[in-house]
Amino acid sequence: MDLREKARQLLESGEVKAVIGYEKGTMGARRPVFVKKAERADRLVLDGDCAQNLATYLTRPEIRKLGRVAITAGPDALRAILQLMAERQIEEENLLALAGDGTVELASAQAIEEHLALAPKELPARDRELLERLGKMDRAERWAFWQKELSRCVKCYACRNSCPMCYCGHCTMDCNRPQWVPVASHALGNLEYHMVRAMHLAGRCVECGDCGRACPVGIPIHLLTFNCEESVHQQFGQRAGASSRLDYALSTFRPDDKESFIR
Amino acid sequence: MAETFFLPQASLDALFAALAKDGRRILAPTDRDGRTELNPVASFQEVAADYIQTILSAKEAAFPKVERLMTFTLGAKAVDLKDAEPHAEPTVLFGVRPCEASGFGALDAVFNWDTRDRFFNARMEALAIIGVGCTKKDDACFCTSVGGGPGSTRGSDILLTPVEGGFLAEVLTPKGRAMVALAPGAFQPDPGLEKKVVEVPVAFDQPGLTRRLKDRFEDGIWMEQSLRCVGCGACAYVCPTCVCFDIVEEADAKGGHRLRTWDSCGGPMFTLHASGHNPRETQAQRWRQRVYHKFSYYPERYDMLGCVGCGKCTRACPVDMNLQEHLAEAAQA
Repeated sequence: MDLREKARQLLESGEVKAVIGYEKGTMGARRPVFVKKAERADRLVLDGDCAQNLATYLTRPEIRKLGRVAITAGPDALRAILQLMAERQIEEENLLALAGDGTVELASAQAIEEHLALAPKELPARDRELLERLGKMDRAERWAFWQKELSRCVKCYACRNSCPMCYCGHCTMDCNRPQWVPVASHALGNLEYHMVRAMHLAGRCVECGDCGRACPVGIPIHLLTFNCEESVHQQFGQRAGASSRLDYALSTFRPDDKESFIR
Repeated sequence: MAETFFLPQASLDALFAALAKDGRRILAPTDRDGRTELNPVASFQEVAADYIQTILSAKEAAFPKVERLMTFTLGAKAVDLKDAEPHAEPTVLFGVRPCEASGFGALDAVFNWDTRDRFFNARMEALAIIGVGCTKKDDACFCTSVGGGPGSTRGSDILLTPVEGGFLAEVLTPKGRAMVALAPGAFQPDPGLEKKVVEVPVAFDQPGLTRRLKDRFEDGIWMEQSLRCVGCGACAYVCPTCVCFDIVEEADAKGGHRLRTWDSCGGPMFTLHASGHNPRETQAQRWRQRVYHKFSYYPERYDMLGCVGCGKCTRACPVDMNLQEHLAEAAQA
C-alpha cells in the first residue's frame, strides 16, 4: 500500500477528517496540502524534497476545527508533535502520524516515542559545520557575523510563523501595551527579536530548521535556536521532542537543586 | 515618444562614473553570499551578472523599512516636537525589472491619495530609474497578466534592453534625459536595433478576475486557498506595491521618535481594534483582503492594479502560496 491508498482509506472510513501532506508546487517544489476528500488523495506526494515541518499546522485554529487529522511526518515533525503534546497543545486522540513512506501509522505518543528511539537526532552536516565554524570564532567575529546577517532581516516573521513551536495566540513581539520589543526592523529591533526568539526556543526547539528555510532573505536563523538547543543537550542531557511528558531542562525545578540562586 | 540610443557595454562605467560625479548613489542588483539584493555600487562590474530579480523589492528606495517621522523631547513644562526631515539621497536605481519600475505607481497612488506624503515624495523626487528589460523569466513571473510586460517602459526613466554588445536605451522622461546629458559620450545613435525580450504568457483574465471578485467576497475559496498560509508577512515585505505601514513610537523617559515601519495585512494585529474587536480575525479573511486590495479595491479607487506580476511573493513564500495560480483559480466560475 502506498500513501495515497492509505489516505483514501482513512478518509473513506471516516477515521480522519483530513490528511495533511505535501503536493507538487511551483517549479517542482513541495508544499503543504490538506486533503479532505478521498478522491483528492492523488495529489499527495512524499519524497526527499518534502522538507517543511507540517506539524506547524496542528495548533492552528482552522486545522483544529477539522477534527481528527492524519499527518505525514518525518522524524522532525514527529519530534515537534511530541513536544507539542508535552506542552499540552495537541491531544493524542486527535492525531494520526503517518511515518516512514507514509503508511506507517503512529496513533499514540508512545508509538511515536518508540519509532523515534530508532533514529536519534543528528544535525545535517552543513548546519553542524556552520555551528562549529561559529563556535570557533571569537566574540567579536561572531558579533560581526550576526550583525551582518541580521541587518538583512525585514521582520516579516516568516521564521516565527513557520516554527511548529511558535504557537502562541499572542506573541511577545506583538505586545504593544507595553511594547517589549521594538517593532521596527532596525539594528536593535532585529537583534532583540532574534535573541528573544532563540531564548524562547531553548530546550524546546526540535531542530527542524524550518525557520531558516522560511527566511525570504536567507538568514541562517536556525543556527541561533540550534545553538541554544545543543547547549541544553550538552548541559542537561535532554532533547526537545524526545518525550510527550513535560520534563525538559528549562521548565522544571527541584527544591533540592544544587544551585543556591534558585532557592 | 522615447528617444532611443545604443549604449555599449563598455560605456557603462563611464555612465556610472558620471552619475557618481553628479553626487548620485547607484543602487543595483548585486550577488552577495549567493543572494541577489540591491546594494550601492561604484562600478558596473559590481552588478550581478545573471539574475531574474532581487529578493526584496526596490520600493525601499522610496519607502524604507523604517522611516523616522518626528522626534520629541520631554521638557520640564512642555513637550518639544520636532519634524524629521526626509533622508532623500539622490539615487539611481539601476537594473531593476520593468515590473518593479512600474510598482512605484502603486505606491504613489496611496502616498498621494489625500495628503501628499512628504517623505515618499522627497525620495521619489531624488530617484531616477534605469530599468533593464527581461531576457529571462521563471514560473513565478506573470507581468503580462496584469498589464505589464518584460519590455514595458512604464515607471522607468531610461529602459535598457540587452542587445549584442550592450543595450538598446529608451530615454523616456526628463529625468532620463538629464542622465543622458551627464554622460553624453556613453550613448550612441541607435542603428535601428530590434528590442527583444522574453515571452511571458498571459496566465489569467485579469479584467474577468476583477469582475468576478465583486460577487465572490463570501466564498469558501478563500478558506481553501489560505489553509496552508502561515500568516507571516514575507509576501508583503518583498512586494514592490504593498504599502501597509505601522506607526510606532520608541521612547524613554526623556523623549523619543515616531517611526513608520513596514507592516502587512496578513497579520492578525493589523486590523485589531482598541476595543478588542478584529474585523479580519481569520487567516482566510486576511488572505482575501490581500487579493481584494490588489485586484478589486485598487482598480476601484485608483484605476490601476495593486500588483505588477513580479512574482516576488511566490518566490519568498515559505509555503508556496503561488499568487498567479490562486488568481487564476479565483477568476474561474
